[in-house]
Amino acid sequence: MSAVAETMNVTDERLAGLTLPAGGWSDAARKDALSRVQMMGLPSRRDEYWKFTRPDTLTQAFAVPAALFHNDEAALFDDVERLKIVFVDGVFDADASDDLSLEGVNIERLASADTDIHWARDIYGVLETNGQKPVERPLAALNTAFATDGVLIHVTGAASKPINMIYLHNSETSDVMLHNVIKLDAGASLTVLETGPAAARLNMVTEVEVADTAALHHIRAQGRDHECRAATHIFARLGTESVFKSFTLTANGVMTRNECVLELTGDDAKATVGGACVGDGDFHHDDTVFITHDAENCESRQVFKKVLRNGATGVFQGKILVKAGAQKTDGYQISQSLLLDGDSQFLAKPELEIYADDVICSHGSTSGAIDETALFYLQSRGISKPVATDLLTLSFLAEAVDEIEDETLREQINQRMASWLERRRG
Amino acid sequence: MLKIENLHVKLEDEEKQILKGVNLEVGAGQVHAIMGPNGSGKSTLSYVLSGREGYEVTDGEAHLGDVDLLDIEPEERAAAGLFLAFQYPVEIPGVGNMTFLRTAVNAQRKARGEEEMSAAEFLKVVRAKARTLKIDSDMLKRPVNVGFSGGEKKRNEILQMAMLEPKMCILDETDSGLDVDAMKLVSEGVNALRSEGRSFLVITHYQRLLDHIKPDVVHIMANGRIIKSGGPELALEVEQNGYADILAEVS
Repeated sequence: MSAVAETMNVTDERLAGLTLPAGGWSDAARKDALSRVQMMGLPSRRDEYWKFTRPDTLTQAFAVPAALFHNDEAALFDDVERLKIVFVDGVFDADASDDLSLEGVNIERLASADTDIHWARDIYGVLETNGQKPVERPLAALNTAFATDGVLIHVTGAASKPINMIYLHNSETSDVMLHNVIKLDAGASLTVLETGPAAARLNMVTEVEVADTAALHHIRAQGRDHECRAATHIFARLGTESVFKSFTLTANGVMTRNECVLELTGDDAKATVGGACVGDGDFHHDDTVFITHDAENCESRQVFKKVLRNGATGVFQGKILVKAGAQKTDGYQISQSLLLDGDSQFLAKPELEIYADDVICSHGSTSGAIDETALFYLQSRGISKPVATDLLTLSFLAEAVDEIEDETLREQINQRMASWLERRRG
Repeated sequence: MLKIENLHVKLEDEEKQILKGVNLEVGAGQVHAIMGPNGSGKSTLSYVLSGREGYEVTDGEAHLGDVDLLDIEPEERAAAGLFLAFQYPVEIPGVGNMTFLRTAVNAQRKARGEEEMSAAEFLKVVRAKARTLKIDSDMLKRPVNVGFSGGEKKRNEILQMAMLEPKMCILDETDSGLDVDAMKLVSEGVNALRSEGRSFLVITHYQRLLDHIKPDVVHIMANGRIIKSGGPELALEVEQNGYADILAEVS
């Protein structure tokens, strides 16, 4: 079978099992997305963009079942004052959620199809469509067409507390598509927390419009279920002097592909995408980032750290595209892996494409083992080898975690990682 | 306190013998200095005693009190009371100096079956000890040795020593990279820790450090052996005449 025929076969099989939700105001965007998926076809392992990650379990008709992960730890951010929005296997849980009202913020659900949410209509599927060039992202278009729910957040001022989407996984076979839209008006600010694995298989798209001088802080922890699979996309468009900061913590998960597509369209905008991942055994984690600088004096940072052991695989594909005229761009990209044994691997593809002549762009990628000298230093002070190894592991991840601006939230992430490492030691 | 007998050490990866029969005994409360030309094996001795990987002991023994040092892990040697002040203290980004110190203190206490220090108690003790070494609270909060000057790193070593209260301290070229004032400050820190139950082995190239930390015994090490031992005057002799005379004398 030819590559094209195989791709179309997979796409047809996947689409055959899906029905377009009655979307009301989003119907046009959904139909358009469906026709785009049919044109593009779902990714296959022959696609250059999927060279390091096999897409088959993400594209096939049915989700591979994922055993539930039971643990007794307190939910992350439990003691943070926040507005909770809970989804269980993709289904909104009104009882577990807070009242969807917050001063300076308008919160709706995507599934409330009967309300015409005008502002969302200008973003839903629009940023996703923009993000399909120059590289196609068919799983995101699939999501725009078929997403069953999600949160639509319109921020008009400074939100008084973070909004926390909590995604619980209670069914071994759940196959979920969620689509969030976040719009920040000029000068508005919000912190969004996302926690949990959501489903046995998750396809998630988040579209973010950050208007001039607005700021979005996004912190995501993807849960610890060993067998879950996820393909996520963030599409964000940044206005003048706006700030977008996103951090993702991933521990476990047999297959995770996180794509982040940012477009800096206003001067003096600042964007940061960071990720820390801790993978063990049958673990595949892919961070794919595409940042387009299309305005002057903007800054972007990509900071990714992966700790891998027992045959785990980490992937990083990161691109900075500086368009003509995007002078004084400051682009920074670092991706590093700490390989705790010889079986694990890290595959990295950093790319720069620059059409302006007055820019600073740097990128670096490394793979290394635990520093023996540092290990000896800690041991010589009486710290046992396993504890010393954990301390150095946290030390390695710190550069990524430090990208979280809020000290309380940063410490919560640090403490959670430390307790995971400690538990693992037994 | 520390007893080294006929210690022979080679590099693990190559057939290079570095220590060729070292004999040394440091009594309780004593300060011994080891001097010697580059490549004589001084730093190797400190690493082998504290358990760094990469070396193979081919013969001989080393005991700290009743404890057979060469048989146990570095952290066990530390818990038994051995401390090595590094020539080049290691930077550890992302790990706060306080966290590091408290983890180390409590790990050793736990290993010895003692009660762990509470956060409040630890804070009180560490602040007092830091003050005498002119280590400010900012240095305590910063990641271990990151962005520290050469002098600050060495003072941080002495602070660790003060907090861990070892029986046997090895100072590996603690004077290297220090200006006169910094050396004085570090030496005062060391002298404040001198006591009947604590011994020191001071490895140095220069007599200058020994003006501040006065040794009871000075050893000259060359080619993997201690070739001469004597009082503090031996250090002065080296300072004036170099090693040539002593090397000629013993050959």
